[in-house]
Amino acid sequence: MQRLVEPPASLALDALGFSAGGQSIVKPVTLVLPLSGRTIVLGPNGAGKSTLLQLIHGMLPPDHGSVGIRQPGAADRPVGAHELGFVLQRPVMLARSVLENVTHALAVRGVARVERGSRAQHVLARVGLAALASRPARRLSGGEQQRLAVARVMAAEPACLLLDEPTAHLDPGATASIERLLRDWSAAGTGFVMSTHDLGQARRLADQIIFMHRGEVIEFSPANRFFAAPETEIGARFLAGDILE
Amino acid sequence: MNDLAATFPMIADLLSGRQPGLWAIVGLSLKVSALATLVASVLALPLAAVIALFDFRGRDLLITVLNALMGLPAVVVGLLVYLLLSRAGPLGPLGILFTPSAMVIAQAILVLPLVTALARQILEDSLRELGPYLRSLKASRANLVLTVLAESRLSLLTALLAGFGRAAAEVGAVMIVGGNIEGVTRTMTTAIALETSKGDLALALSLGFILIAVVLAVNACAQWLRVRAHATLG
Repeated sequence: MQRLVEPPASLALDALGFSAGGQSIVKPVTLVLPLSGRTIVLGPNGAGKSTLLQLIHGMLPPDHGSVGIRQPGAADRPVGAHELGFVLQRPVMLARSVLENVTHALAVRGVARVERGSRAQHVLARVGLAALASRPARRLSGGEQQRLAVARVMAAEPACLLLDEPTAHLDPGATASIERLLRDWSAAGTGFVMSTHDLGQARRLADQIIFMHRGEVIEFSPANRFFAAPETEIGARFLAGDILE
Repeated sequence: MNDLAATFPMIADLLSGRQPGLWAIVGLSLKVSALATLVASVLALPLAAVIALFDFRGRDLLITVLNALMGLPAVVVGLLVYLLLSRAGPLGPLGILFTPSAMVIAQAILVLPLVTALARQILEDSLRELGPYLRSLKASRANLVLTVLAESRLSLLTALLAGFGRAAAEVGAVMIVGGNIEGVTRTMTTAIALETSKGDLALALSLGFILIAVVLAVNACAQWLRVRAHATLG
């Protein structure tokens, strides 16, 4: 299938922010993320990481600013309805087979019925679940369910994947398999923006870091620079293992 | 105690077929209750879906009214339907008073709030569970409604069974609008009421046990379906 956005394209966040009950949950942030990159949103619990991802995706309508697709030599345009895929922290499985979970997601995303079966089979093979295609999805292990959740989103071939702490509840083996999938897909051109508070995971995956604290983006820099010499004291304290209030 | 002791031989006698009217009564009871549940469900399920899945003005008030109507007294419903269908009533020309159709209408009115309230709760719970996933897919409103309904189908069966149970156990309304005419509108519950008033408690109890057995059998079939579906779908 023809990709909706051909790299090098970027996600342009323009003063994107969100408030609730008079309190700023995500303070307005302006930055540009390459769609094919591996961006990790890092920060302690309550930093606003999940809210930022939901704002980028559009699940949560921003009360401030906007998100657009930026391509060289063209004006920014709105993000297409299905250009960004989203993986939740806790996968929600339908009471259907593994295969039907994928075909349902494709149906919701408007993929023609004749295409759904083959695309679902293909993506299940890529995530190592082809042998379990006819099994009830709710009977899978936590790690298998999260791989299926990633497969459901990737089956629709988004330009970029947004993941909200997808391995927070997984054991190291299942975490490694999700990370492997993300690396493979990013090598094939589909980047991701993923939130985590796991420093080790951020070191393993990131080529750039968005560091958040109390709803504010404190740093946005290449991963090697952030880990070697953070620009802020609070970033340094987080890397040193301090518990940030 | 004597009545209780006489009950079991009488159940055997009734079930042996030596009481020719019994199976007709059982059949009519099941038919009226099933039809009433079906009619109520046709209205209750869409209504429950609208209340559970859409936000609109007056929604809370509607939920409160529906919850209150779950305790609707059967005799009051019977009386209202009687007034509607009686010769002088607005639906008198239909000529269906003292027919099974009148009994279906009365029972459907009784079942409607119960099925609506239970189905609404089931659909709301399902939406709470599936909502984040469907929003992450940017599902359209139609897709959201269809998915929530499809995923709740087994739980909705429980709501329908509760409705059927209420209809099958009901006596006041069907007595008023059906008239308990032998061979025409006599059901298990009206027969039990009649035999009790005649003092034949053993026969009333026997009919009662048979009614309980019938309702149990229907629920057992539904439970079997649920277990099988759960094994297949997870």
